[in-house]
Amino acid sequence: MKKRTLLKGAVAALALAASPALAESHSEKTKVGFVYVGPVGDGGWTYEHDQGRKAVEAEFGDAVETVYVENVPEGPDAERVITQMALDGADLIFTTSFGYMDPTINVAAKFPDVKFEHATGYKTAPNVSVYSARFYEGRAVQGTIAGRMTESNVIGYIGSVPIPEVVRGINSAFIHARKVNPDVQFKIVWVYEWFNPAKEADAAKVLIEQGADVILQHTDSTAPLAAAAEAGNVIGFGQASDMAEYADGPRVSSIIDNWAPYYIARTKAVMDGTWESTNTWDGIGPGMVGIGEITDKVPAEVKAEALALKDAIASGEYQPFTGPLKKQDGSDWLAEGETADDGTLAGMNFYVEGLEGEIPQ
Amino acid sequence: MDLSSINWLLLLASLMVAATPILLAGIGELVVEKAGVLNLGVEGMMITGAIAGFAAAVETGSPALGFLGAAAAGALLSMLFAVLTQFALANQVASGLALTLFGLGLSSLMGQGYVGLKPPSTPKLDIPLLSEIPVLGPVLFSHDLMVYVAIAIVAGTWAVLKYTRTGLTLRAVGENHEAAHALGYKVIAIRCAAIAFGGACAGLGGAYLSLVRVPQWTEGMTSGAGWIALALVVFASWKPWRVLIGAYLFGGITVLQLNLQAAGLKVPVEYLSMSPYIITIVVLVVMSSGRGRGALGAPASLGRTFHATG
Repeated sequence: MKKRTLLKGAVAALALAASPALAESHSEKTKVGFVYVGPVGDGGWTYEHDQGRKAVEAEFGDAVETVYVENVPEGPDAERVITQMALDGADLIFTTSFGYMDPTINVAAKFPDVKFEHATGYKTAPNVSVYSARFYEGRAVQGTIAGRMTESNVIGYIGSVPIPEVVRGINSAFIHARKVNPDVQFKIVWVYEWFNPAKEADAAKVLIEQGADVILQHTDSTAPLAAAAEAGNVIGFGQASDMAEYADGPRVSSIIDNWAPYYIARTKAVMDGTWESTNTWDGIGPGMVGIGEITDKVPAEVKAEALALKDAIASGEYQPFTGPLKKQDGSDWLAEGETADDGTLAGMNFYVEGLEGEIPQ
Repeated sequence: MDLSSINWLLLLASLMVAATPILLAGIGELVVEKAGVLNLGVEGMMITGAIAGFAAAVETGSPALGFLGAAAAGALLSMLFAVLTQFALANQVASGLALTLFGLGLSSLMGQGYVGLKPPSTPKLDIPLLSEIPVLGPVLFSHDLMVYVAIAIVAGTWAVLKYTRTGLTLRAVGENHEAAHALGYKVIAIRCAAIAFGGACAGLGGAYLSLVRVPQWTEGMTSGAGWIALALVVFASWKPWRVLIGAYLFGGITVLQLNLQAAGLKVPVEYLSMSPYIITIVVLVVMSSGRGRGALGAPASLGRTFHATG
């Protein structure tokens, strides 16, 4: 009996001693959560977001605590994961896939004090910001290299999920491939997933079998590059991440997502209390989209041409969607010298003239 | 649409490659279910085999040792399931699902250091003379060894189940474990052996993905192949050769739909993507119409826990 009282007393004393410390540490640390669609080891999209998370930790050290959940399916399950994160005391939550848009908005309505940041979406709220990168700028550079490098004039494109983001990438790559090579033709295969290495590998093989000697991908794994390496005389590009491990083989350049500066800035804003709902869409200029090193497989003059285009885009002197451009059905879209506005780009649901096939609905 | 751009021979050849992982996992699961055990952990054993095989192949530089390692890892993991269900008498469905979750986590832990590496390439086996036959040669006889090993395992399983005493005992255990026990057969031991075989086959299937079909290691790379293998066993109504047909059908449709897309076919390809599952459902409905479980060919003791009371 006595023993038990003693124990109880000890526990109570411990709890008393510990609780102020606990409370203090909690109020000091800013908790930042990340919700990922794939595994952090995918080598592409999620990998780069996780690099951003690590950059936040490196920047603020003990002042922040980061948490993440990987492989979260887009849909109702995401809402559960985001809610759990908010309940666990996160001050700022990044949800990093298009399909988390509605779940993020729903959870945000229930937690007005928590700040949310949704990647690649368009719905905002007082405590929800959206951010995305202008990947289509990078695709213009890829398209230029692809158009110059193809010998069969067939370029294969692995589409993930038919949303404006992906359609925009196809159009941008196609416009710039045609610009340098009027005979070029695109073959597009949709896999309806962001990440499925086996399916991506099969898709790449099919495109190669049907004559493509350049593979562009908008899926997250390195499987298409592995398939290209096996085929031998096929080139490809890193997607989302540099994928430099294939630099000696098929990879000639890449589009790199660089989220770290943004994540650091937004975390800082929460810490300072200056956070506001914003809509960020940055490209090559501010450095949110990087172009991975163009390898020596690409002839010097093509490399120079690609880099010149990159610089023109970065300085704002050139916009990848500049008229004259027509839609697939032949109707006029942009007049000579006219550029597309962000609203049209954000909701792009049509192919430009010259592309074959239909966008799956 | 330009169907002429599809190389039908290459399509047939790549169909055999696309089908091999689910064929291996499927035939292993068939044996497990024939012994009366329902192991839903195929996906977990496949992904564990994928990383174990990948790691073994990278470390030793030998794809053959990679496949052996994958089989061993799959069998080892399946023993966890065997202990749970055969000795601790845990629920098979729950244990199988747990095994899948465990395998996915374990594989991503094991795979930490292997992301971005390239495995040693598995040599193609251009069988002399046979691979030079026009049309048939490139389609049938110029694959890597595992494609033929998978077919050989199907043939072996069929022969053992049909013609040998071992096969008969295994089937007896799966049909009526009480009776088999009364006759003096060691039900638990036989079931454990079947589970180990199933694990080894699933491991091989996973390694085929990470070493040949993709070939690289990425977390979650099986992405549902194990579940297709489970559906395949039902589709095949527990008959080995039908597993082969089913695997080629499923694999074929996957490859065909990608080919049709690349050729610019104007039908919604989502229908083709889901067709393997629709076919499974249709077959299930047809086979089960009015004649019950027996007509499906399911082993009578499937999924039931055995505990020797006597």
